[in-house]
Amino acid sequence: MHMAHDSFHGLRVAVTGGTSGLGLALVRALHASDAHVAFVARDATRVARTAASLPGTHGIVGDVARKSDTHRIALQIHTALGGLDVLINNASSLGPVPLKLLADTDCEELEAALATNLVGPFRLTKAVLGALGAAARDGRAARVINIGSDAAVTPYARWGAYGASKAAMQHLSRIWDDELREHGVRVIALDPGDMDTPLHALALPDADPATLKRPDDAAREILERLAASWRQPAEVT
Amino acid sequence: VNTGRLRAASFAAQRPPQAKLLVVASDGRITHTERARLDHVLRAGDLVVANDAATLPASLSGTHGPSGAPIEVRLAGRRTLRADDVHAFSAIVFGAGDHRTRTEDRAAPPPLHAGDVLQLGPLRATVQRTLGHPRLIELRLEGTVDAIWAGIARHGKPIQYAHVQEPLALWDVWSAIAALPAAFEPPSAGFVLDWALLHALHQRGIGFATLTHAAGISSTGDAVLDARLPLDEPYHVPPTTVAAIERARREGGRVVAVGTTVTRALEHAARHGRLRAGDGLADQRIGAATQLRVVDAIVSGAHEPGSSHHDLLRAFVAPPVLQRADRALLARGYLTHEFGDSVLIERSDRRHVTAVTSARWASVAPQHPPRTRGPGTTPHS
Repeated sequence: MHMAHDSFHGLRVAVTGGTSGLGLALVRALHASDAHVAFVARDATRVARTAASLPGTHGIVGDVARKSDTHRIALQIHTALGGLDVLINNASSLGPVPLKLLADTDCEELEAALATNLVGPFRLTKAVLGALGAAARDGRAARVINIGSDAAVTPYARWGAYGASKAAMQHLSRIWDDELREHGVRVIALDPGDMDTPLHALALPDADPATLKRPDDAAREILERLAASWRQPAEVT
Repeated sequence: VNTGRLRAASFAAQRPPQAKLLVVASDGRITHTERARLDHVLRAGDLVVANDAATLPASLSGTHGPSGAPIEVRLAGRRTLRADDVHAFSAIVFGAGDHRTRTEDRAAPPPLHAGDVLQLGPLRATVQRTLGHPRLIELRLEGTVDAIWAGIARHGKPIQYAHVQEPLALWDVWSAIAALPAAFEPPSAGFVLDWALLHALHQRGIGFATLTHAAGISSTGDAVLDARLPLDEPYHVPPTTVAAIERARREGGRVVAVGTTVTRALEHAARHGRLRAGDGLADQRIGAATQLRVVDAIVSGAHEPGSSHHDLLRAFVAPPVLQRADRALLARGYLTHEFGDSVLIERSDRRHVTAVTSARWASVAPQHPPRTRGPGTTPHS
């Protein structure tokens, strides 16, 4: 089996939305833990800056919401890491900003939120599923982590596009986990809690950062949950 | 509608619902079924081995520096599968035009010399030398490993041929299990696989394993170059796959290779007798003279007689059986090429190496459960 399952050393991880907020915190934490890390983000300058600040990480420029980018991203993830053990679908869109009532939300705005938060991660996960299945057959711990939100469960007014997309992602994660378990791949939706991130500031500019979780703490909790998931091995056959 | 020639599938659908499967059993008997029912042709204890190489966008358009002439470079080979081994490729060069012109009719590139710079979108390459043919070169890409992969990912297009006119996207050529991007053309026998089939195999106690093999270019449009195909192809066989094959053999199951690439890799990895895990460079040709050591049956696309893929099938069955299969493919309107129909050909009984091996087959009943120890025969040991 992969390592002792209590270390990230040599683990091949890809993180989307890896240049800010929780994604950047995850990339930093994984890099510090000796994992092999590739990260994806849209802005080439920020990707280059992040990759330069964390030597050994691989920055990939791409937009998970764009179908034409999906396989290009997957190709670069696979070549950067020589395979893949863990995909963290973290890139996220709030939908319309400032937040709108659903009745005021344009259908294009809803579609854009779904593209980033649901369809994009679905497509990228599909594109790397072959690599994850190969990792599982090799006895490694293949995992997809979809970063969720309590907005997936609680119907907050003005969070319609975001909440609906996150709810759909959470359900998709459960179904996919059920379907992929026999192939040794687990799909886990995790809610990191309210964090002091650019996305949160965009949604609620007046929130007091002191009341919010630090992304570094949320990242550490997510990696603890990931490590805990190794102790519930899938039926690799 | 028997026109005397098999027709090519011209639409890029990996699993058309009407896809057909012709089955040649070890006794030469031919049957037909729906391809989606492949699992029903197999038995508990069998092991399906597929090539999980994803396909590179290996067609790079650009210009030839010295002449300014438009060219298409088709990456065709690499020495290893290592992700950081991305600077040196062998490649086939065409002149102006694209896949919609038959390769046989494509314009030749300008004369290519060592030192010529090729600008291929964001990528810059230098011709290192020609490889015994004016259109077959070794080139060197400039830049960091990540930058080269990003350039290939963004600028490259899947290699394709005139029988499919619509431009292919990567999702058209990546199989459902595509992983490490290593193939120059899709290992298209794997298009038969989807996750429903993997589930069915699992349910029926049929094993599934993978290897990675850099499937090369299938055609250049030049008879002299085509005669040199397949080029050497690097591959990797994981230890878990070797273990699964050994277990299947021990327990009386058949090793079913999905595609010629899997056959080439496994037989190369076993060329010294015992199947070895790890990296290799397949440089052999498989044909009538080949004694198969590992593979018991092959799933392949339907291919025209005379093609190199077709020649490989002679390692499995004698020419008269293959001729009967060819007639059956024609009579039933099977479609050829990467998006076409499929065949499953089991190695004929006469090719079994020893009496011990034959006894192994005779002892396997169709309802044989998966993990039960067989009588302990170890053929090929």
